[in-house]
Amino acid sequence: MQASIREFSSVSSIKGPLMVVQGVTDASYNEIVEVEMSNGEKRRGLVVDSQLGLAIVQVFEGTSGISPGGSRVRFLGRGLEVKVSEEMLGRIFNPLGEPIDGGSPIIKGERRDINGEPLNPAAREYPEEFIQTGISAIDGLNALLRGQKLPIFSGSGLPANQLAAQIAKQATVRGEESNFVVVFAAIGIRYDEALFFRKFFEETGAINRVALFMSLANEPSVVKTLTPKTALTLAEYLAFEQDLHVLAILIDMTNYCEALREISASKEEVPGRQGYPGYMYTDLATIYERTGKVKGKKGSITQMPILSMPNDDITHPIPDLTGYITEGQIVLDRSLYNKGIYPPINVLTSLSRLMKDGIGAGKTREDHKDVYNQLYSSYARGVELRGLAAIVGEEGLSETDRKYLLFADAFEREFISQGVNENRTLEQTLDIGWKVLSVLPERELTNVRQEYIDKYMKGAKS
Amino acid sequence: MNELETGKIVRINGPLVVAEGMRKAQMYEVVEVGEERLIGEITRIEGDRAFIQVYEDTSGVKPGENVYRTGSPLSVELGPGILGRIFDGLERPLDQILETVKVPFVKKGVKVPNLPRDKKWHFVPAKGINKEKLQEGDIIGSVMETSLIEHKILVPPGIHGRVKEIRPEGDYTIEEPILTLESEGEERTVTMMQRWPARIPRPFKEKLDPTEPLITGTRVLDTIFPIAKGGTAAIPGPFGSGKTVTLQGLSKWSEAKVVIYIGCGERGNEMTDTLTSYPKLKDPWTGKPLMERTILIANTSNMPVAAREASIYVGLTIAEYFRDQGYDTLLVADSTSRWAEALRDLGGRLEEMPAEEGYPSYLSSRLAEYYERAGRVKTLGNPERTGSVTVGSAVSPPGGDFTEPVTSITLRFVRVFWPLDVSLAQSRHYPAINWVQGFSAYVDLVAQWWTKNVDPMWREYRDVMVKILIREDELKQIVRLVGSESLSERDKMTIEVARVIKEAFLKQNAFDEVDAFSSPQKQVRVMKLIYLYNKYSSDLIAKGVSAKKIMDTVTAITDVIRSRYSIKNNELQKFDELENKLRAQFDQLAKEVS
Repeated sequence: MQASIREFSSVSSIKGPLMVVQGVTDASYNEIVEVEMSNGEKRRGLVVDSQLGLAIVQVFEGTSGISPGGSRVRFLGRGLEVKVSEEMLGRIFNPLGEPIDGGSPIIKGERRDINGEPLNPAAREYPEEFIQTGISAIDGLNALLRGQKLPIFSGSGLPANQLAAQIAKQATVRGEESNFVVVFAAIGIRYDEALFFRKFFEETGAINRVALFMSLANEPSVVKTLTPKTALTLAEYLAFEQDLHVLAILIDMTNYCEALREISASKEEVPGRQGYPGYMYTDLATIYERTGKVKGKKGSITQMPILSMPNDDITHPIPDLTGYITEGQIVLDRSLYNKGIYPPINVLTSLSRLMKDGIGAGKTREDHKDVYNQLYSSYARGVELRGLAAIVGEEGLSETDRKYLLFADAFEREFISQGVNENRTLEQTLDIGWKVLSVLPERELTNVRQEYIDKYMKGAKS
Repeated sequence: MNELETGKIVRINGPLVVAEGMRKAQMYEVVEVGEERLIGEITRIEGDRAFIQVYEDTSGVKPGENVYRTGSPLSVELGPGILGRIFDGLERPLDQILETVKVPFVKKGVKVPNLPRDKKWHFVPAKGINKEKLQEGDIIGSVMETSLIEHKILVPPGIHGRVKEIRPEGDYTIEEPILTLESEGEERTVTMMQRWPARIPRPFKEKLDPTEPLITGTRVLDTIFPIAKGGTAAIPGPFGSGKTVTLQGLSKWSEAKVVIYIGCGERGNEMTDTLTSYPKLKDPWTGKPLMERTILIANTSNMPVAAREASIYVGLTIAEYFRDQGYDTLLVADSTSRWAEALRDLGGRLEEMPAEEGYPSYLSSRLAEYYERAGRVKTLGNPERTGSVTVGSAVSPPGGDFTEPVTSITLRFVRVFWPLDVSLAQSRHYPAINWVQGFSAYVDLVAQWWTKNVDPMWREYRDVMVKILIREDELKQIVRLVGSESLSERDKMTIEVARVIKEAFLKQNAFDEVDAFSSPQKQVRVMKLIYLYNKYSSDLIAKGVSAKKIMDTVTAITDVIRSRYSIKNNELQKFDELENKLRAQFDQLAKEVS
């Protein structure tokens, strides 16, 4: 992109966040512009449609107060870039990468386009290092691997923030000293949520390992959509230039998608499902896919986006499209939450696609896969029978079936449920798994090898 | 190239670029856009304005920049150097691009030849070719490209004549002439590489009916809903139901000679998984590394949308090319929904009138064209040979709703339907194929093959199993109302046998060394044991024995279930012991009650 700056004062129309500038003949697509209003205030925007003779500019901070007559528009001759450096850890920024914690500006660093570029699949390295989060429902049944993107599907009022904070605090790779640095993108969240995370990181002493990018709920839509991109630009720099292991937490992607819908509607684009733009899948993918490990680089990006399912509906376009892109999902469940179970993770609807490659002998423990399979199929059966018992009564069930009901309860109370500060080792998790399985008759355990039953079940029972 | 005009860009809107001064441009011609020379394709012409769909990110492109014509449509390079590689949606080699740009990202405007130009291949001329009258499609020689695949060199379609010169056995690059033909006074040279326009099906002599099953090693596919070589299958399912794992299983273990795997708008790590694991995995049919027969086409979800639309055609063309060599090829596309969405996105930017759910009205004809490129054919040329393209595609319906346009249209054009069921997947019953909703139009056809090659009882075993599963589905409705204790003993036993069918046969662990691939012989042995279990137990029930008594006594059935893991494909004699044990336990029980 050429670096020359061109200035115009020929704004012809303004609509929503969009502004038409006449007489421009050489605006680049996605070029950044600066709008100077009559009162001297400066705003920034992006060229979203460039034609011979005019350019359509989307203004980040909204168009309120801009008048066609009194504004000057400067085309800056470059794309949307932020400065990234290691100094940014321990600091708080706005979505354009400018510090908002009152500290000094970031001086050192290189400028990078926030849209990034797609990783070449041939350059990727396949994730296979197990991350211990200390949470049984995740480590035992939906393991997170280094370089994976695993979202949390939450609902309003469910403790997703608490869980994300616990994971950020507890996550370690077994047998390694070095910990994660966290790049945190708070997208259009409420002030109290922002405060929760800030306090949490300060109190746990983790703040020096965290770079926080914040846009609040009342900020303009365009600004919200920039937040995850800026944060991931830093994450890529830290991972692939500075050899750090990065855990990127994006919260709340539902706000991102709503902002995207609002912008799309103002551009009068043909809407897809429920008014969300047809390209939302691809757009979300350009965020979620900025995750992974690269051959020949020591660092990695592990991503944990959090989204709230509108009306707890997992088929809503936002969780639906996310699930099609991410490598699994951790689903929080209101009925478990109401039973007082924390974390209220519904393991049946949750999934980690990469888990198979990060567990087992030499990685976690030899019996991990078998325990995983058995817990899943037994709990699924228990839940199915629970539904049946609600109609026909427990008496209508066979003796074995009644054992499954006991198992399902024990599984939820002992395996899933744990304290907000409880950091279980993987061995503890698996042993609890064996303990709850011992509720069932041994002949029902068709998914585990006899040798493992002999080796691990006996110990766990006592 | 000199006579081709150069246009000027007048508008950029995402992947859509409009250029003026393109009066002589043709529809679907490939052009190079801007000074970065991004690749694009002309999708609409109005006067001297051409609407160009650009395959790369257009950030930074400005009005006034040039558009350079190439004069040819989107074409695929076909020849040695294609196997075991990973290409993007336009057949650009991602592995080579990585070496060239030295950064892990896909850079714009990188120009690397699709197939390696300087590598020499050992060409062996074919014996007994008709030197007087060489036809299109004739095999003129071959290159042992990998230890698994003999890459046949064909006379390209549309070319024929008298052989003037054929080069002797030796090492040649794909650009060196290996054959000179003379036809009507004109001379033409043939190299080991040919180009073919991706959107046009390659010609053949005649389309044939499928006759043989494509054995996949996945039990539920081979036995319940089999697919034939040259057939078409769709796997729809919501996220997390196991589409990708099922398709990967298909591409890993099926009996195809060449496999083309298109990652169309899917996850980057999945392609990497394939790239890293296939070279280590052994083809169960030949024992050679799987990568030697595999070609990957990757347009991951974050790569430009326009190339996603093209990736399907590029993959089909490569599949047809190997079909023309006389091979059975398998094309796996994950997922056609992303391809349909790419059509919708591009249609929307051209301001076309949308039909259902915003998809363009030509979605149905595009899908039909896609599935019609599958099939078993008698190829062009000598010697006479047949080849096939089998197509298996994932469909990703939003919210798992099978009534949405892409799924419902797909159902009209495929002959095998493997619907994935989210509730099965949630209880980790994989492959989560719903045995009540699925269908296969090839059962009768492949039954003959099984009878002849494996076991004459196959059809009988299969039908009994299907009957029990369907009966169990009905019984479940009753159980939901009155509980399982009130069922008759016979019905209780049906539920038990159905459980065994699910646990021992339908469920299959794609990540277990033993269970991942089940040979046809092993499948039949397990089916037989299930068949016997059902037969003997229903005899006993007729004599008044309770289902519980049978379940408690016949403990051998647990071993039958574990045989998935415990008995390898080359240890089938172990099934004899198991069968004896099962029979002995039934005999024992029969003695007790009589």
